[in-house]
Amino acid sequence: MKAAVLVFPGINRERDMARTLKLVSGSTPNMVWHAEHELPAGTDLVVVPGGFSYGDYLRCGAIAARSPIMDAVRSFAGKGGLVLGVCNGFQILCESGLLPGVLMRNENLKFICHDVYLKVERSDSPFTRGYNAGQVIRVPVAHGEGNYIADGETIARLEGEGRVMFRYSSPDGMIDPNWNHNGAINAIAGIVNDKGNVLGMMPHPENHVEEAIGRTDGRGLFAGLTEALEKVA
Amino acid sequence: MNAAAKITPALVAEHGLKPDEYQRLLDLIGREPSLTELGIFSAMWNEHCSYKSSKVHLRGLPTKGPHVIQGPGENAGVIDIGDGLACVFKMESHNHPSYIEPYQGAATGVGGILRDVFTMGARPIACLNALSFGAPEHAKTRHLVSGVVAGIGGYGNSFGVPTVGGSVRFHNRYDGNILVNAMAIGLAHKDKIFYAAASGVGMPIVYLGSKTGRDGIHGASMASAEFDDDSAEKRPTVQVGDPFSEKLLLEACLEIMEKGCVIAIQDMGAAGLTSSATEMGAKGDLGVTLDLDKVPCREEGMTAYEMMLSESQERMLMVLKPDKEKEAEAIFRKWGLDFAVVGETTPTKRFIVRHKGEVMADLPIKELGDSAPEYKRAFVTAEKLPVIDAGAVEARGSIADALERMIATPDLCSKRWVWEQYDHIIGGNTVQRPGGDAAVVRVEDGPKALAMCTDVTPRYCEASPFEGGKQAVAECWRNLTAVGATPLAITDNLNFGNPERPEIMGQFVGCVRGISEACKALDFPVVSGNVSLYNETNGKAILPTPSIGGIGLLEDFTNSATLAFKRDGDAILVVGETTGWLGQSIYLREICAREEGAPPPVDLIEERENGDFVRGLILDGTASAVHDLSDGGLLVALAEMAMASGIGATLDAPPDDIPAHAYWFGEDQARYIVTVPAARADAVLARARDASVLVSRIGTTGGDALKLGGERPLGVANLNERSEAWLPAYMAGEA
Repeated sequence: MKAAVLVFPGINRERDMARTLKLVSGSTPNMVWHAEHELPAGTDLVVVPGGFSYGDYLRCGAIAARSPIMDAVRSFAGKGGLVLGVCNGFQILCESGLLPGVLMRNENLKFICHDVYLKVERSDSPFTRGYNAGQVIRVPVAHGEGNYIADGETIARLEGEGRVMFRYSSPDGMIDPNWNHNGAINAIAGIVNDKGNVLGMMPHPENHVEEAIGRTDGRGLFAGLTEALEKVA
Repeated sequence: MNAAAKITPALVAEHGLKPDEYQRLLDLIGREPSLTELGIFSAMWNEHCSYKSSKVHLRGLPTKGPHVIQGPGENAGVIDIGDGLACVFKMESHNHPSYIEPYQGAATGVGGILRDVFTMGARPIACLNALSFGAPEHAKTRHLVSGVVAGIGGYGNSFGVPTVGGSVRFHNRYDGNILVNAMAIGLAHKDKIFYAAASGVGMPIVYLGSKTGRDGIHGASMASAEFDDDSAEKRPTVQVGDPFSEKLLLEACLEIMEKGCVIAIQDMGAAGLTSSATEMGAKGDLGVTLDLDKVPCREEGMTAYEMMLSESQERMLMVLKPDKEKEAEAIFRKWGLDFAVVGETTPTKRFIVRHKGEVMADLPIKELGDSAPEYKRAFVTAEKLPVIDAGAVEARGSIADALERMIATPDLCSKRWVWEQYDHIIGGNTVQRPGGDAAVVRVEDGPKALAMCTDVTPRYCEASPFEGGKQAVAECWRNLTAVGATPLAITDNLNFGNPERPEIMGQFVGCVRGISEACKALDFPVVSGNVSLYNETNGKAILPTPSIGGIGLLEDFTNSATLAFKRDGDAILVVGETTGWLGQSIYLREICAREEGAPPPVDLIEERENGDFVRGLILDGTASAVHDLSDGGLLVALAEMAMASGIGATLDAPPDDIPAHAYWFGEDQARYIVTVPAARADAVLARARDASVLVSRIGTTGGDALKLGGERPLGVANLNERSEAWLPAYMAGEA
């Protein structure tokens, strides 16, 4: 794996992400500054980490989406390169046009940090091959604006094309408003683009990769990616 | 010298200087001050910056120890945690601003304390807080809780530091003055700590960070006065926080420190440019000349007076190595931050401020701080309250009913609604999340970890300042011990009313003496702190609230203990003596509606012996769950252990010589509950006898309810619901 972790001013989970990538894949990722115009040669995975890029003072992710490096990311994604956006990273990918839809304020209008249960909808993707379809994983969320929404047509396409990868669920995998903490439409926690090579998700799998720090449910995502990239190489 | 403004007695009074203090100023400089100079003095000599009422008493606190690298007097305290690493930490209040504008007041409180920590070269790894609000039924309380919690989260979450713990209490004595005490903990390399003292003559003084605006002018003076009914008019003196800029400032500062560019650094906190510049000069035995035309300003037409007193946030002052100036500037530009050389160090020991070609201030730099007034204010020690005989307190209703009510009271209920608004996991090192006795945060990749918590029991401090001060320290030490940590040092945040009233000063003096005594007995020195006085509205003072923030060290974080019961069939042991002390207890207040009597005394020798015994059980793997006993006593603690796990317990009847309600809800100190595998219980009891520590077995874990002889079983799920329900319902306006 030769990952590039993007660093925008105000991003703050880039260290967590880099540490997890190293821990699971064994390779240290490149940290890439937003003002760069190129990704490092040989990059096979771009990760847009969480945080508050530009303070999220404007619509979340809107300014970062217009950074020079994002042109390089769009071109990389256009060629089928794998892109993972987590939390603010998901918001940035939506704002940059790589993913459809938008993340609104949580339904209760508050920042929420706690563990959630996610139902993994499919396992035939480079991002979810480390899990079984229908498996429920427990990972934390930490966001104020994670309430996913898109127009009806877009949602119908996402659902019809099987592009919802993760949904908020009960511990036994039931989709239930009581377990959808932010009010996202169809309990959507993570989606991919039409080609399946760009994933955006609100929860933080990178914070659940060590038994001693809680749980390891997030590991599958990074282990799966590592395998997928090794297979390609 | 610009002397345009006439200095009238009214103007002096507006600046918070008493006539004798103004005379002191005149004697010091030998002439009438300019308006800018008067502003500078008011900023340096107010209570908040000068500690003029408290200093004489603070000198009695123990501040040294084998782990202490830096005690009070710098931006934050520094302790050695081994392996070449140091922990940098401090707690500070932002009480007055938070009452006036809760979101920004609390947010900038967090911002200020984070800056104190990273100014010293440390990357912040955790935040905690200690919050005191008025009675839930008070008209403003809901609004204040909502704003303060959102402000703490809003700043810390965006900055990117986990807020891992703290405390929240409610009492009508905070109706007019809430307390927002924020604590930050950072990690640095022991040999790369940065200090405020400038060195070298002719060195450039560099201004970094955000631009200067008109916000926060006289903020420190506001924090040094009582409130009255018109305090809301002080809203313009509250600063506005920008966590995004602070995050950039953190990264830029750590980067230029890493590159070896920095000689001295001081954040601009209370009294902004004035306090930071004079401190750098005074500590380095140097003069400082500032050229205000160079200061990056947010607004046009700012006067020297306004620039010197602005408390705009996210700003730093540094002395850089001249040959590294270009490198440092490039790093700051990269992060999009302002960088300007605004002055230089001089050999004269004068503090000179120039603006538009005129000298606006020319003052002796050391005397500005050193000659601040210092008061030995009169104090009276309150009479001791009678010890309440538990036998004379009539039980109200059944034990089961009382427990159900108590765990749903504002002070004892679950604070999940609060801490779920804080990102408490960022960093990937949070071993123990909020809700336990102390938070545990792994140090880098481990195996070391730091335990941290904030504690104080204000009703004890009010009833007996000395015992209350002792108890605050002891409870903090106990909470760190309960997770298996060795307590190392504390920061104290002393919140009191108007020190010009002898009874308030008596509370202050008593509490500080108590803190001092406990710190000495527990080898738990004070390495940083903050004093907040004048927490008083229309003559009504807060409960004396000396918040104690403690740090402990775990050599291996995988050994830390948690309070949740682990399995059915473990033996439940109580460590320490239970006498059934009901004076000042939550039971007496919440069930009997009495806030009376002497608080439980703290035997510091017993505290230490019991704690060392418990820590031993944790570190050798014997203890399966541990919880300290505090508010609400034995049964509340057992309920918390049950609720954290979903596992119940069967409990033995109280001994004959203690009334049941006093046994279950009394608040005797120096106690813990420890569970151990049943097969090892006898061995632990024998070990306790050998160590002369009082330990008794009181029951066994198991089932899904708490079962007390003669009482209806208390389902754990039902207890949980009750404990979780109150705060969300209250905040939604339903309770």
